Amino acid sequence: MSPKPTLAAFRQALTEAWAGGAGALLPLGFFAGTAVLVPLGIGTDPATLRAIGPGILWVALALSSLVTLERIFQADTEDGALDLWLQTEAPASSIAAAKTLAHFLTAGLPLALMSPLLALMFQAEASASLLVHAAYYAIGGLAFYFWGGVGAALSATVRRGGLLISLIALPLYVPTAIFGALAMTNTPAGETAPLLLAASALFALAVAPFAMAAALRLAAD
Amino acid sequence: MFSWFANPHRFLNLSSWLAPACYAGGLVLIAWGLWQGLWMVPKDDYQGGDIMRVMFMHVPSAWLAMASYMGLAVMSFIWFIWRHEVADVAAKAIAPLGAVWTAICLATGAIWGKPTWGTWWQWDDPRMMSVLFLFFLFLGYMALRAAMDSRQKAARAGAILAMVGALNVPLIHFSVEMFTSLHQTASVVTADGPKMAAVYLWPLLSSALGQSLLFAGLVQTQMRTEIRDRRTAKLRAQLMAGG
Amino acid sequence: MPDALISGTGLGMIRGERVLFRDVECVAAGADIIVLRGSNGTGKTTLLRILAGLTRPETGTVTRAASHHWIAHREGLKPHETPHQHLSLWAKAWGADADVSAILKRMGLSRPADVPARHLSAGQRRRTALARLLLTPRPIWLLDEPFTALDAEGRDLVLSLIEEHRRKDGCVIAAIHGDAGFASTREVVL
Repeated sequence: MSPKPTLAAFRQALTEAWAGGAGALLPLGFFAGTAVLVPLGIGTDPATLRAIGPGILWVALALSSLVTLERIFQADTEDGALDLWLQTEAPASSIAAAKTLAHFLTAGLPLALMSPLLALMFQAEASASLLVHAAYYAIGGLAFYFWGGVGAALSATVRRGGLLISLIALPLYVPTAIFGALAMTNTPAGETAPLLLAASALFALAVAPFAMAAALRLAAD
Repeated sequence: MFSWFANPHRFLNLSSWLAPACYAGGLVLIAWGLWQGLWMVPKDDYQGGDIMRVMFMHVPSAWLAMASYMGLAVMSFIWFIWRHEVADVAAKAIAPLGAVWTAICLATGAIWGKPTWGTWWQWDDPRMMSVLFLFFLFLGYMALRAAMDSRQKAARAGAILAMVGALNVPLIHFSVEMFTSLHQTASVVTADGPKMAAVYLWPLLSSALGQSLLFAGLVQTQMRTEIRDRRTAKLRAQLMAGG
Repeated sequence: MPDALISGTGLGMIRGERVLFRDVECVAAGADIIVLRGSNGTGKTTLLRILAGLTRPETGTVTRAASHHWIAHREGLKPHETPHQHLSLWAKAWGADADVSAILKRMGLSRPADVPARHLSAGQRRRTALARLLLTPRPIWLLDEPFTALDAEGRDLVLSLIEEHRRKDGCVIAAIHGDAGFASTREVVL
């Protein structure tokens, strides 16, 4: 077993993300666009916006992960690259994990990094806790992308698989979304929630690659 | 033991008498349970008066919603490891029925909730939330199977998803409990608390066992249809091939 | 019979409800060239995928005693990927220390080496995929319709590659429609 195929898959997925021209800008635009729609829908009362801001960003993060995940394995199935990746010395699970991680770094992490900016627009106080929250979004996003990756791998051969991915992945997003949102509240639960958030991300990292591998072998079959 | 059931022929023989037996037993038990529950037992004013009688539908359906997803996951696991076709037939049959019972649970829960909590949907009730996500898991499972272009692929994809879902169910339940514990929950109606009087217990058990038997009967009927469908498809393919 | 590099025995496959083929034997030793024959839809591609380990056969087993190259209908090229990038990527993934420029030259791809795949012709894309055969020596070659989209010159190129491979005691299993243009050890008819 050699790490080389996995590294190559990781690097290719990174270049792939930028090859469309827009790269990380597209999910960023989607993320910001979704979040900005909310005040238009519910009004601009600062207290309300401050209360719902963190939750809105969690929802926007979950949605943008779903929107961008549709193609990551589907494209590989269509152009035959999946066949090649499955025949390398590396296990399919590590290839799948590398691709998903690369996808998270280009499409998910930028959203987490931009979250303080959006939080300010949602009337949050400018403080160091916004940076802590950005870290929570990053950890939660990791779990979202890995569970979403399972949905993407399962629907890799399905035309218009995007809706299917949402239906498959949303129940799997629940624990992460709950722990993530709790971690940003000032409650007793808010103190243990960051650990649980991290645990849910680790759980996703531990389970999802194997499910993706099984799903990708199915997609190639 | 699994391999014994894995023979479709044996399953057809077994279910030819077991399914009707399940229906008969199930209907009798449900009828008695509901008759007792809806008319005979005294209403409990502590739990909202007559509306608590919906419990005799609600609690058994909640139990079946959970049990059917576990059944789906176990069948998927058996199929994934040993490739017994009957296990896949069972998983395919369980999913829509489980979704129906989950929907019954949500609907009766809402009906119970309206007079008790003053709202059709109480976000603070962990069990309602867990069952809701279970409903989504069933929907996703069925949608995925339907999207696959052959039954072998549907079986494999479905099995992967059901197993991933089953691993997540405890975590979903735990997180939902934590989420709901934050809020002051209005007096949640409990079916299994100390308030549970013996007069309610027997009708409730009867209804639960009856619904389980009905569920088992319906699953068997669905499975019989599916097994025959697959045989027909095979025969047709052989005829087409001129064999 | 010399030791088999790859052997598939008792292979049977069902697609949907239809039996695609059954009891197929496909064994290749060093310097063997096996041509898979059969009209459209008889399962040549499926058989190759089974031999490559991509598809699970309904019955039978496949054992490979050595590593293999896989060239299929779909080249595995990304739309933005150039032939040079493609070969460098797979050289890295396989840990192969190959001279990519020399391989591109050999395959007649020097001129479009830095053109993204979406602007390449079908023949150029196919040559790029075939160029992977030269990245690292692997005893087993599994080729699905290697001549598709190739011009006469490209065809000769593939024939010379196969001949070279055979002389190095490698084996080739290829699904070919029409005239193979080379002497095959055996034909497997589906």
